[in-house]
Amino acid sequence: MPPPGGRHKRALVTLGLLLACVVAAALSVLVGPAGLPPGRLLAAAAGGDDWIARTILFELRLPRAVLALAVGAMLGAAGAALQGYLRNPLAEPSVLGASNAAALGAVVALYFGLAALHPVVLPLCAILATLVALALLFLLAGRSESPLTLILAGIAIGTMAGAGISLALNMAANPFAAMEIMTWLLGSLEDRSITHIWIALPCIAAGLALLLWDGRALDALTLGEDGALALGIDLGRARLRLLLGVAIGVGGAVAVSGAIGFVGLIVPHLVRPLTDRSPSALLVPSAIAGAALLTLADVLVRIIPSTNELKLGVVTAFVGVPVFLVYLMRERRLW
Amino acid sequence: MTIALDALGVTLGRRPVLRDVSATLGGGSLIGVVGPNGAGKSTLARAILRLVPARGRVLVDDTDAAALSRAELARTIAYLPQGQTLHWPLAVERLVALGRLPHLAPFSRIGAADHAAIERAIRFTDVGALRGRVATELSGGERARVLLARALAVEAPALIVDEPLASLDPGHQLEVMELLRAQAQGGALVVAVLHELTMAARFCDRLLLLDGGALVADGTPAEVLTPARLAAVYGIDAWIGTAGDAALVVPLRRCGDGRTG
Repeated sequence: MPPPGGRHKRALVTLGLLLACVVAAALSVLVGPAGLPPGRLLAAAAGGDDWIARTILFELRLPRAVLALAVGAMLGAAGAALQGYLRNPLAEPSVLGASNAAALGAVVALYFGLAALHPVVLPLCAILATLVALALLFLLAGRSESPLTLILAGIAIGTMAGAGISLALNMAANPFAAMEIMTWLLGSLEDRSITHIWIALPCIAAGLALLLWDGRALDALTLGEDGALALGIDLGRARLRLLLGVAIGVGGAVAVSGAIGFVGLIVPHLVRPLTDRSPSALLVPSAIAGAALLTLADVLVRIIPSTNELKLGVVTAFVGVPVFLVYLMRERRLW
Repeated sequence: MTIALDALGVTLGRRPVLRDVSATLGGGSLIGVVGPNGAGKSTLARAILRLVPARGRVLVDDTDAAALSRAELARTIAYLPQGQTLHWPLAVERLVALGRLPHLAPFSRIGAADHAAIERAIRFTDVGALRGRVATELSGGERARVLLARALAVEAPALIVDEPLASLDPGHQLEVMELLRAQAQGGALVVAVLHELTMAARFCDRLLLLDGGALVADGTPAEVLTPARLAAVYGIDAWIGTAGDAALVVPLRRCGDGRTG
């Protein structure tokens, strides 16, 4: 509900962020270890018979760009929705245990060798684990509408999932098995295929739709639970939609990308000054900014010269921590 | 507009917090709810709004409030909770606009009627000069007016405010009470939970006195605030009088019954 002048600004911000997204996506398609000139890629896209360029474009770079956009959008929106819902600027998808549970599901698939059966098995295990974690969260948090109960239950679940991951690493049959799990945990979008897109996109689309539904409930929560209820908000249903959205969306995202931290945390903070700071105004811009940021980070891992390609989760964490600290200093609050 | 309470009771844990309160609250009046700490004043307000599980019934214009949806109830009774915290640094105008949430259909934009209501609330509370300011950075008095504007923007026929005078200086206390009285004179039912007995005596048309969760007195301020009752309920000796035409209730000392309330 922006005042008349605010609507203009809002459209401008959305447009600017979309533009950043387009630039990031274009870079993501144009940049890669093969060093193909843009002209050759364009010709291949236009239907030329240069099969090397076609293969690289359609089977490697496009899926990677699409996944980076989708995963980034999901993480950004989930962070914004959770910060609004929990009224805590430090909330991100991992506080409810969603990311860790998805990672545990994937690690279980790797540990027992299920992942080798078919590329679909690992993501499906991750999504399944997130849903189990969500059910546990509801059992633990009960009917309480206090954000603190939810955070504590989420931390318990996340820690338990983390312990499960450590156990898998601990018990890994040989260093290579442990290495495989570690590599996945670092988070990456390398060598993802169309299959991964088919797995992740429906989950992410459903997750985003559920999260964008409740902008008004999030705004009302600015006044606390009583304030929101007295404004006619059905908090029980809003919470159900929000948690389902996070579980399905983040589960689907983490299932294909591995654990990528800090995007969900920092994107809402980067976007907030551009909006009227109400939680609802933050949702869409956070999704778009998350998409742009993760895609850019994914370009960065390809152009930073290193012997092993840097993992995406490593880069986002290195970019994330300084931003986080600057925010903390500026706000001068201790949460 | 009337709100009728029929044997309203609340038990939190195993402790009865509100015991069978019955009263009929009519529109066009400013009704004060007074009583010592822990008497159940806030719980009464929250029970009327169905924010705590309660026994008994609340009838809103002869309709059982339990049969109303949350949004319907929100359009009928606006609520300003005690010690309202703001979780995000919203601009004042944006905060006041939150009051229109109960009126918005899903996915609809805020319309001309909503803008008009927001402007009326801003004018009524005289916060126009603050509209661009960040609500979390206001002084106590400004903040109280802005929060009241948020509640008034609902334009509900009834308004429940819980301790609107807390941490306000005397001038701002008078200002808020005048706003509440003007709202009642405009036809609304205004229920205010109050600690300041002088303010309650001077501005309210009627007082409900709660003690230990029970309604122990219900009537005009002069009927309710008697020395004997203040001694029994608050455990204080008080001087009750007038200055000009303004009522005064001045606590003098605690009674000697060892009560620490």
